[in-house]
Amino acid sequence: MKKVFGRPKSLTKDPFTYCPGCHHGIAHRLVAEVLDEFGIREKTIGISPVGCAVFTYAFFDCDMICAAHGRAPSVATGMKRSKPDSIVFTYQGDGDLAAIGMGEIVHTANRGESITVIFINNAIYGMTGGQMAPTTLVGQVTQTSPYGRDPKTMGYPIKVAEMLSTLKGVAYISRVALSKPAYVLKAKKAIRKAFQSQIEGKGFSLVEILSTCPTNWGLSPIEASKWLEENMIPYYPLGEFKTPEEVS
Amino acid sequence: MGEKILMKGNEAIGEAAIRVGCHFYFGYPITPQSELAAYMSKKLPKIKNAAFIQAESEIIAINMVYGAASTGARTMTSSSSTGISLKQEGISFIACAELPCVIVNMQRGGPGLGSIQPGQADYFQATKGGGHGDYHLIVLAPSSVQELVDLTMDAFDLADKYTNPAMILGDGLIGQMMESVEFKERKKIDLPDKKGWILTGCKGRKKYCIVPFNMDPYEMEKVNFKIQEKYNKLKEREVRYEAVNLDNADLIIVAYGTVARIAKTVIQNAKSEGINIGLIRPITLFPFPESIIAEASKKVNKFLVVEMSLGQMVEDVKLAVNGKAEINFYGRVGGVVPTQSEILNEIKKYLK
Repeated sequence: MKKVFGRPKSLTKDPFTYCPGCHHGIAHRLVAEVLDEFGIREKTIGISPVGCAVFTYAFFDCDMICAAHGRAPSVATGMKRSKPDSIVFTYQGDGDLAAIGMGEIVHTANRGESITVIFINNAIYGMTGGQMAPTTLVGQVTQTSPYGRDPKTMGYPIKVAEMLSTLKGVAYISRVALSKPAYVLKAKKAIRKAFQSQIEGKGFSLVEILSTCPTNWGLSPIEASKWLEENMIPYYPLGEFKTPEEVS
Repeated sequence: MGEKILMKGNEAIGEAAIRVGCHFYFGYPITPQSELAAYMSKKLPKIKNAAFIQAESEIIAINMVYGAASTGARTMTSSSSTGISLKQEGISFIACAELPCVIVNMQRGGPGLGSIQPGQADYFQATKGGGHGDYHLIVLAPSSVQELVDLTMDAFDLADKYTNPAMILGDGLIGQMMESVEFKERKKIDLPDKKGWILTGCKGRKKYCIVPFNMDPYEMEKVNFKIQEKYNKLKEREVRYEAVNLDNADLIIVAYGTVARIAKTVIQNAKSEGINIGLIRPITLFPFPESIIAEASKKVNKFLVVEMSLGQMVEDVKLAVNGKAEINFYGRVGGVVPTQSEILNEIKKYLK
């Protein structure tokens, strides 16, 4: 019998530690499929963040290192500069990348470091139990915005993809979602283009993935996907924000 | 034998590092060590596959070091006092991950933004860990530009040998001072092979992970014990000090770095007044030269610890002496350097 579906080589056999309905698992799988398709697993080094994805190091079957909270792009920079023939990617959440690590991501992008960033935006801190993130929507209730995010005192949600795409060193930036199969296919394409940009030495690439956090949103997996489509996508439009012609 | 050249301390560190294969430097400008970053920015781009990055912060610089070290490259960062405080999280990660690297601290006056003149008030931070958790750096304290060169080169070897970050703990005076130096031919030493852990891509082997945490406390305790074992080895094997005129001394000064230089002048001037002074100069601050101090305290019953702090190394001297001799302390801080006449006056008061 012909095998039509299996685990990508770039994923280990370790079961994911993510909650039911969380999109991390889909995002992991897509990254792993892309590493397999480009045949780069054996030259790839991944960097896991602090947050739910801290255990990423166990799930990708390639060399991995854990960075301090927000510092993954800097660790990636040190690696890529000392081992330029390797493929380096970071996998970061919105607290890691857009709060404590905002300086890191901006300057790494601005230097045009040839790395790929997988940025999971689920509008909340997952690991620590559902606090407000820089990407939390206006009015969204979290543990630390119990009356809803009030922009007067808490600012507005940050649009990372749009902001970083203003920087010249950036080769590829797009925002995708995973809440329905059509989106998943587009997300896979975006992740491919991001890694392709790195392989071709075009510069910095980032894919912002809108993701669910059913546990901390207090919704079922299906309700969470619906909430994402009704609330997040209108504020965080999907699409490509920057592409080098060759990979578009 | 190399020829003697006149060099500024901070630049001599850079040249020494490059000569032992450190091709990845990440730093951020801060007085009084900026000449080191400037030197690296001039030299490293001329070397194939080397990199100099002026990072956007001290925090970033140490994390770039973490990344480069994980691929097996010799790498360093440098700063001064307040900037070193910012690096502490990263240093703790590097120590936990057991990666070799070199960190230079050309100390200035503190606390806070302090001053830009020399200081030694980062002794606790450097020798007791500095960041969170139980760890130590290998801490080397040069007292001349030549020693900056030699100890910088040694620091890379020690870091590789013990897979532990090493620190050069100097101060603004040594960094800014010009002296003649020689880049001596290095003896080849056997260093452990890095192949068993460096991240280079998993071609032909299982994947490697560098994971400086463990959610299981019993496993995390084991990580601590393993690191601690290295510190015990360092204490057994790597202690360095200089002992001057210990026999028949009326009093022994304990001082390191810049202050030890001044102490040597004190010894000469005291001699002409008929006072016999000895000096113990720790060269490794961690591991600390306890034994020689304990040994000396059996013969000499008066010690004076002199520091550009309000009393930090003196605590380690007290532990080493363990009540066997009297210990006095003299310190200037905030960027003020003690003069030889001040120290001599202090000795005279003490010996009365």
